[in-house]
Amino acid sequence: MNIRAQVSMVFHLDKCIGCHTCSVACKNIWTDRVGAEYMWWNNVETKPGTGYPTLWEDQEKYKGGWERSGANGHSSKLRLKLQGRGGALANIFFNPYLPTVDDYYEPWTYDYENLFNAPEGDDQPTARPVSLITGKTIETIEAGPNWDDDLGGSPIYAANDPNLSRLSAQEREQMNELERVVFFYLPRICNHCLNAGCVAACPAGAIYKRGEDGIVLISQEKCRAWRMCISGCPYKKTYFNWNTGKSEKCILCFPRLETGQAPACFHSCVGRIRYLGVLLYDADRIEEAAGVSDAELVEAQRSLIQDPFDPKVIGDARASGISDQMIASAQNSPVYKFVMRWKLALPLHPEFRTLPMLFYVPPMLPVLAKLQQGRYELADGHEEGLAPMFSSLEQARLPLRYMAGMFSAGNERIMEAVYRKLIAVRLYMRAKQVKDISEAEAQMALKLGETTPEEAEAIVRLTARPTYEERFVIPPLAREQAIEATLDPYTHKLEAGFGFRQSPERRW
Amino acid sequence: MIDLVLFVAFPYVAVVLAVLFGIYRYRSDRFSYSSFSSQFLENRQLFWGSVPWHYGIVIILSAHLLAALFPRAWAQLIAAPLRLYVLEVTGLALALLTLLGLVLLILRRLRSARVFAVTSAMDWALLVALLVQVALGFWVALFYRWGSDWYLHTAVPWLFSLVVFQPQIQYVTALPWIVQLHMLWGFFIILLFPFTRLVHLVTVPITYLWRPYQVVIWNRRMRRGR
Repeated sequence: MNIRAQVSMVFHLDKCIGCHTCSVACKNIWTDRVGAEYMWWNNVETKPGTGYPTLWEDQEKYKGGWERSGANGHSSKLRLKLQGRGGALANIFFNPYLPTVDDYYEPWTYDYENLFNAPEGDDQPTARPVSLITGKTIETIEAGPNWDDDLGGSPIYAANDPNLSRLSAQEREQMNELERVVFFYLPRICNHCLNAGCVAACPAGAIYKRGEDGIVLISQEKCRAWRMCISGCPYKKTYFNWNTGKSEKCILCFPRLETGQAPACFHSCVGRIRYLGVLLYDADRIEEAAGVSDAELVEAQRSLIQDPFDPKVIGDARASGISDQMIASAQNSPVYKFVMRWKLALPLHPEFRTLPMLFYVPPMLPVLAKLQQGRYELADGHEEGLAPMFSSLEQARLPLRYMAGMFSAGNERIMEAVYRKLIAVRLYMRAKQVKDISEAEAQMALKLGETTPEEAEAIVRLTARPTYEERFVIPPLAREQAIEATLDPYTHKLEAGFGFRQSPERRW
Repeated sequence: MIDLVLFVAFPYVAVVLAVLFGIYRYRSDRFSYSSFSSQFLENRQLFWGSVPWHYGIVIILSAHLLAALFPRAWAQLIAAPLRLYVLEVTGLALALLTLLGLVLLILRRLRSARVFAVTSAMDWALLVALLVQVALGFWVALFYRWGSDWYLHTAVPWLFSLVVFQPQIQYVTALPWIVQLHMLWGFFIILLFPFTRLVHLVTVPITYLWRPYQVVIWNRRMRRGR
């Protein structure tokens, strides 16, 4: 086996409160520059919703990710949904599927000076919005960051969520019932995929995955603004800097990681929803795993990830040049626990076939309740002799199918298993702490959730009370051994920041 | 004397400067090697400008280059009148297409406030230079017919004499001034090449046709190749 290490992530959606602290932390460090104002390497969107850029999940519109070629997609050969290799050269003068700035939003500031300098008049002076691109006044702001936050503008925005196409008209209707209306937050950063669409789509070969840690980066010196990566990434997590003419993306704060700090968005997360750790995977089987049928995708991706305690895996990892510290880090990884041991965390839209390495623990939305004869009651709670909370899976506010469409390529069985376990953990702890659920019911929930008291305790521990060191198991990236450090120290000494001796702006 | 300066010194200076400064820029400021696409800011008008312009100019330039590199084969190609007619008409049509595409691109840069904001002084200089050259080329194709033929006996031997360092300007000195200007303006654009975004021309990503889809780069590889 060709074992490689990947710095991977888990986002626990039940804990996300949608405060956007992660986005702001990222923006302040990385994208507070001319040409990058509109970029949110980390963004938090409301689901159901159209997201950022608008309708990014609709690959008929944007052609991101991979598809299986052959009749009816039965062959496991993969090709970019965007175009073939010849197509990339033919479309290089005009990419028909490129999102434009209007699909994100036109960045703006306000004419604050007018508040002070306006001549005396009958009306209060106003600070009108001014485009950061053209410097001209914008008459009507039509989109902005988190334009549909908290279902703002629903159902105009939420109703257009591409994931809703999986639901029946009746199910969609039900979602709009007042008692049922619900949303959750989806924080997104680059998934640092194993089978990355952006890497494959770049004609210049400027995008690469770092071998040691799997971080996907864009070489700013090799990027020639052919702009295929923006289309190729199905998550729309590569962005075009309109000022420098280069694509940019989340770098997983590698300068922070290399100095033992968690990425800014992880570090600043108020809800502590984020976990970071190493996964070991078999790099020889990437294409095979990305080429299975939709329903098998999650399992195939899990099968790529190797057990860091298995002596054979450890031997192969050593043979591939992975250090013992890295292996120890993988054994300690919270991501391994969520993804592999407990199987609670799932990739976002695995059907894009890029093998994303950011995993989500789906949210247990508030259980459905209704006002009945003046009393606020859990709706239809007592079916099957189960506690109301336990039957909440069938009564979930968002249909299981919706969640399956987002996190398991439509495989509802996998989705159900995750929820059964999450419910089991919740019931078990409630029986133990609040004691309003009988022991028998808790045991039944554990059985249905295919879990044990010990596992439930461990899940609660890592979910609710993890320490900083438990959430972020940052491997030693041994940057001091990197190849450029061995070349010429005086070259680096002159550089400003990350490889630039001149400021990254247009000069010609 | 003036002819020697224009048809010998100037082409050499232009090419040498372009190569040397192009290499210097690549080594010292590789970040600036970019096509600086503005499609992200404006999509619709770009299609009608960029596609005809690029396809037109690529084909026309290739024809110029092929005829200069393989004059005998080219002479045989145009030996049959029908082939010559087809070639001339196609060339003229492509020149018109290219010209229209370029005009649309210039109008787009003027009309779209967003694209105007990202257009540098060198961009304008380059656009004007290209417009002049394409207009001259179109003029020559229209009013000095059978260029696919006389090109072989005027410009090609002159270019060849420059390549072998035995300049012979008598091939071109007697040509009409507008044809001469077209030739010289071509070298002027070569001169502009390393100072503008035209450098994207030498970075055409042809390797994409065969490179593996996934690119993995290791920071630590103890083998020191150099």
